[in-house]
Order: sequence, then structure tokens, then C-alpha cells
Amino acid sequence: MSKEHSHIISTIVEHKPGVLYTVSNLFRRRGFNIDNISVGPAEEVGLARMTIMVRGDDRTIEQVIKQLNKLIDVIKVTRLNPEHSVTRELALIKVNAINTKARSDIINYADIFRARVVDVSPDSLMMELTGTSDKIDAFINLMKPFGVKEVARTGKTALSRGVKSVIIDD
Amino acid sequence: MKKMTGAQALIESLEQEKVEVIFGISGGALLPIHEVLCDSNIRHILARHEQGAAHAAEGYARASGRPGVCMATSGPGATNIVTGLANAYLDSSPLIALTGQVNTKSANTSYMIGRDAFQEADIIGITTPITKYNYQVKTAAEIPKAVKTTFHIATTGRPGPALIDFPKNTQTGKAEMDFSDNLKIRGFKPNTEPHPVQVKKAVKLLLSAERPMILAGGGVIISNASPELLQLAELLMMPVATTFMGKSCFPENHPLSMGNIGMHGTMLANIMILKADVLLAVGTRFQDRSTGNLDSFCPDAKIIHIDIDAAEIGKNVEVDVPIVADAKPTLSLIRQQLVHKIKKQETTPWVKKVKEAKEKFLSEMDLGKCELSSPKLLKELRKLLPENAIVTTEVGQNQMWAALHFQTFKPRSFISSGGLGTMGFGFPAAIGAKVACPTCPVVDIAGDGSFRMTEQELGTSVTEDIPVIVVILNNSMLGMVAQWQRLFYGGRYAGVKLGNVPDFAKLAQAYGAEGVRIGSMKEFSDAIKKALNTEVTTVIDVPICPEDDVWPMVPPSKGLKDTITGV
Repeated sequence: MSKEHSHIISTIVEHKPGVLYTVSNLFRRRGFNIDNISVGPAEEVGLARMTIMVRGDDRTIEQVIKQLNKLIDVIKVTRLNPEHSVTRELALIKVNAINTKARSDIINYADIFRARVVDVSPDSLMMELTGTSDKIDAFINLMKPFGVKEVARTGKTALSRGVKSVIIDD
Repeated sequence: MKKMTGAQALIESLEQEKVEVIFGISGGALLPIHEVLCDSNIRHILARHEQGAAHAAEGYARASGRPGVCMATSGPGATNIVTGLANAYLDSSPLIALTGQVNTKSANTSYMIGRDAFQEADIIGITTPITKYNYQVKTAAEIPKAVKTTFHIATTGRPGPALIDFPKNTQTGKAEMDFSDNLKIRGFKPNTEPHPVQVKKAVKLLLSAERPMILAGGGVIISNASPELLQLAELLMMPVATTFMGKSCFPENHPLSMGNIGMHGTMLANIMILKADVLLAVGTRFQDRSTGNLDSFCPDAKIIHIDIDAAEIGKNVEVDVPIVADAKPTLSLIRQQLVHKIKKQETTPWVKKVKEAKEKFLSEMDLGKCELSSPKLLKELRKLLPENAIVTTEVGQNQMWAALHFQTFKPRSFISSGGLGTMGFGFPAAIGAKVACPTCPVVDIAGDGSFRMTEQELGTSVTEDIPVIVVILNNSMLGMVAQWQRLFYGGRYAGVKLGNVPDFAKLAQAYGAEGVRIGSMKEFSDAIKKALNTEVTTVIDVPICPEDDVWPMVPPSKGLKDTITGV
């Protein structure tokens, strides 16, 4: 049996109520592990792209793909090769910034990570950061000494590189 | 385009799908549909419990090969069909459920979805994991397309149950209805034709085999592939074992037939399948009750696996040649490619060996000590029934005895709850099968425990004039559980003693059916003969030895090689 690791499954689904329930229910019922899932409208009206991070060995992932394919509202399922795809996550991070020193330190770090300050209040800063999950983890760790008040992360989303696309044939 | 109500559109759509009968129970959220239904040519058979309606519709589907339709009102009506849907899901039956629902949000009253209205249940949420497809209609106008889509999905590829939920205001709402045929479902394109490269590989493997064997599952019956299976088996002289769901797909009086494999398979099939060097598995999902412990399943065999559902390939067993396609064209193509390459043999050393083993195991078969033992009764029943008879079973010992001792010759003549093991399935399924095949005698082989779970359908069979025969192998116990308690739990009975009640003959008579309790094999034969010529349902109560076990048996978590007998 091959080793368990995280895989990126990119699916195109009908963009309509209940699809997220159907998909997540499949994972629950068959005992597959979702690390995270992100959903949004895809390139065509009426379609949504669901990017799902799944942990498991190769055989499990093969079953995940086949079972997803059986769902009527799932139109296309692709397993993305991490080396040939771009994976990103968006995070909003609210950090304590109680004095000028803290504020300028945080902004310096933010510059290095290319995070943007999106909200300022007398004692806190909110930053927006896009990148790989590792980068976001690293940034959040750096912010911990200042006091991280709130974090919202979207979960990963991904697309394959180059001309290859997940095309829907009629 | 025609302007009509949603209820009218539903009935017209069902007529277009050639639905002849609906099994169901009416209710508040179905009133507009029933108002139209009673003027149509579709027969509504009033069940006595929605579970009975669902099983009857599945019995109809499995006997006829056409979709079976059941209908239930919102809330408890809908939740009562859940077991029927789960059963059809695991046995891949095209069961269509129509449910009433409270109004959609657009009705803007308190009797609407999301307000916990009277008899509101989230049947879409509840049935998502046990249906192939389900859909809640949002407006009257989409009903024709919803019905067409649902029937197409339920009956195409690997069949399965599907549900459409009709909020009451979509039944009464009027719209221009489009009944045109252009159906486009982007996410549903099952493959039916085999890939030529895979077929070639299978052919090569079969030609190289010295001890080839076929394992045929329920998919062969669904695909109507029995003639192709028989031809291929005879061409290559391949012994055929069936899974429980495959029973009846291959004539069991054929010299190449080995019976079922599995927890209560025949000794012959369980032992010989392990010796195969090439296994052609068709329309089976290698379920645990069939294969036993996988570590010792067919250790020396290269496996060819034909299944229409790609997800079944590699799910339980890793195979050498996967073929994702319909069984019928695939078996036919394999045969076509083989027929010029081999000379038809009368026998082979392998077949000779299987034949010897067959004679040995048959002579050693345990038929029980009592006069009225279930194996003897079932062998007698086979002699008394014509070849076209359809048998359904309940679940438990009665079912396993039937699988072992009641021979079947024709596909769709053995209907039983395989995957879910639903006690109470057999009797309503028998009613459904009788509706599908009114000229065939239909017999439910029952146990006293299972029969009690849906016995109220006696009312349906009598008032709707659907005569079937129920043979109750009565041990006054939940026999299979009792058997496990005897064998694996120190012989302590817990929660299995049903007592010698009710008097089943009187119960049947109370419903206006015939009921008889018999005490000898002669009385049993007479009762069956009489029942076959009776225009009303007959319940034959047969007291069997209460502590008889079903043999052979593979103990739980053991492999087929560990099959044990009681002797």
C-alpha cells in the first residue's frame, strides 16, 4: 500500500443548491478525509469549481475520483500534479498593534511577505495575504509575538499550469 | 407546449415513460397528484405502509427489468420509503420514488419548506447518500424535464433508485409544459461498450487458462446477459459460480453450475473458486459476504473484472484486466473473439475435477434431520413449482436456505434483498413481481420474523387482487441471529425468541387470504398444489426445527477456504 499524503482534486460541478452537500456527504459517508475545500464560480456561467485537498494513499484517491465521477452534478474530476499546478490560499489576519513600534514592525514584515494592510484601527491591523499555505503559516507564526486576534483562511484553490485545461465537452 | 398543472404534467410524463403502475399511499401533500392520477390509465396500488410500497416497486422492477415506481406523501410517508431506497441502492434496482412536499418558499405561507411545517421532512437531505439521484422540483414548469432526467439516470448504466420531491404548490401551479425529448445531462455519460484493448487482453488471458472460472453477479441479470454468459461458459468449458445477487443468472441444473459462493455459498463453489487460475468476474462488486476474507480469496488467479461502474473496479479487489462496460456486449465480444481461436471441447481435466468435486459435495450435503427441514422443504417446493415461477425471499436463514437449496433456472426468477439484508422485503417484493408477471406463480420464502415486518401487505394483496404464496419457515425465532448466538456467543439467546405467535393461518384468514398450518411433507405438497390453483394469497405456515443451522458457513472474518459444515 502506498503512503498517505495530500492530493489536490479539482472538480467542475453544476453551480446549484445542494451540490456542496452532495459532495461533502460523499466524503463523510465513505470515510475519505478532506483537508480543505474551496468553492467558487468557474469560467462558465452555471459551473462552479471545487478544489478539494484529500489525504490518502493512491488507491483511496482513485476511489475518491471514481466516486466523485458518479455524482450526477459533478461534471469533471481531475487530480492535479502539485509540480505542474499553481496552488494558492488567501488569508485575512488581524494582529494587535498597540504602539508605533509594533505597527511599523508588522508593516515591515508584511512588505517582505507581500501582504497588504486592508484595515487599520487604533490598536490593530488587518492584512490580506495570498500565497502557498506554507507562506501563510510562516507569516502567521511571525505575527504571533504581536498577538494574533483573528485569522480567516479560504483553504487552497488550484489550477494546472500551461495550456492544459479542464474542458467540458458537450 | 401545453398549458397544464404540475400534477397533470407529472402524470403525462409518467405515461410517456410507459409507467403502468404506482405503488403508494396517498396523503395531504399528494392530493393534487391523486386527483389527476385517478383519471389516468396508470394503476395505483394502495399499499398499507410506504416501506411495502417501495419494496413492491422494487420487486416489480427486478421481475420485469423496467423501472418500478412508488409514491409517498411528505414527512413520515417519505421517511417510510427510506429503507426501500437504501435496499434498491445496494442491489442496483431502478426504483423511482415520488414524494409530496410542503410548499416552496414562493408560496410565502407558514406551510412551506424551511418553516418546519406540518409533515415537512428534508427528504432530499435524508436520501442523498442512498439514491443515485434526487431532485426537488422548484416550479411546475420543470416537472417534465425532472421526470425525464430521473428516469434516464435511474435506468441507464448501473441502475439505482432516484427520488423526485414535489412541493404541493408545484403540483397545483400552471405552466406551459415542454415534453420534448432533448435531454442533456453533462455529468452523466456511462460507458457501455468495452474497450477493444481490454477485451483483447481478457481473451489472451482466457486462452492461457488451465483452470478458468466465471464469477457472475447481479449485473448479469440487470444487463440481460444470461444467454451470452451461458454461451461463453460452454465455449470455454468454464464452471460458473454466482454471487448471491447473481443467483438465477445461470441455470443451476447445468453441469457447469457450481451454485453461489459466499458466507452461505455451496462447499463446491467456495472451495473450487480458490483453485482457479483465471477468474472472469462479471457484474459483481466483490462484496464481503461473497468473498470472505480477501487475504485468501483466489490467491492464484488472474482476475478479469467486467463492471459498468468504474468505481467498482479496484474498490475491494485489485484486478488484472479491468473492463468498464455493460456485461452483455462485453461477454458477446469476448466470445466472438474466442470462437475462431479454440475448438469446442467436451470436457477438460479441470472440468472433470470440478465434476468429481460436485458429486462429492452434493452427496455430503446436509439436508437436516427433521422431516420438515428447510432444505427438504425447498427441494420439494422446487419440484412443485413450474419453471416460470418467481421466488422472493425474506432475510435470514430462510434466505440462505433458499439460495442453497432452491434451484433457479431463469434470470429474474429469484428476487431477494442482498446488499442491505432488509427483513420484510420478500412479501411486498412478491406482490410487485406478481403485478409485473401476472401469469407466473410467485412465492415468498419467508421466516416468521421477517414476514412480521411487512405482513400488513396482506391487505394490499387481497384488496388489490394480487395473489401470491407465502411459505413461512417458522422457527419462532430470529433464526440467523440465533444461529450466530449458538455458534459464536456461547449459545445464549438474547433478543431472538419471538414465541409461537401469531397463528399465521388465522392472521391470513383475518385479512381474507387463505391460511394453513401444515405438519408433514405430504400436507406441504398438498398446500402448495392447492395454493397454485387459488385466486387469493395463501400463507403456508411450516413449523421447522427451531434450532436448525444453515450449512455450510464461512465464519465471520474467515476466508472461503475456512468454510465449515455442520456434520
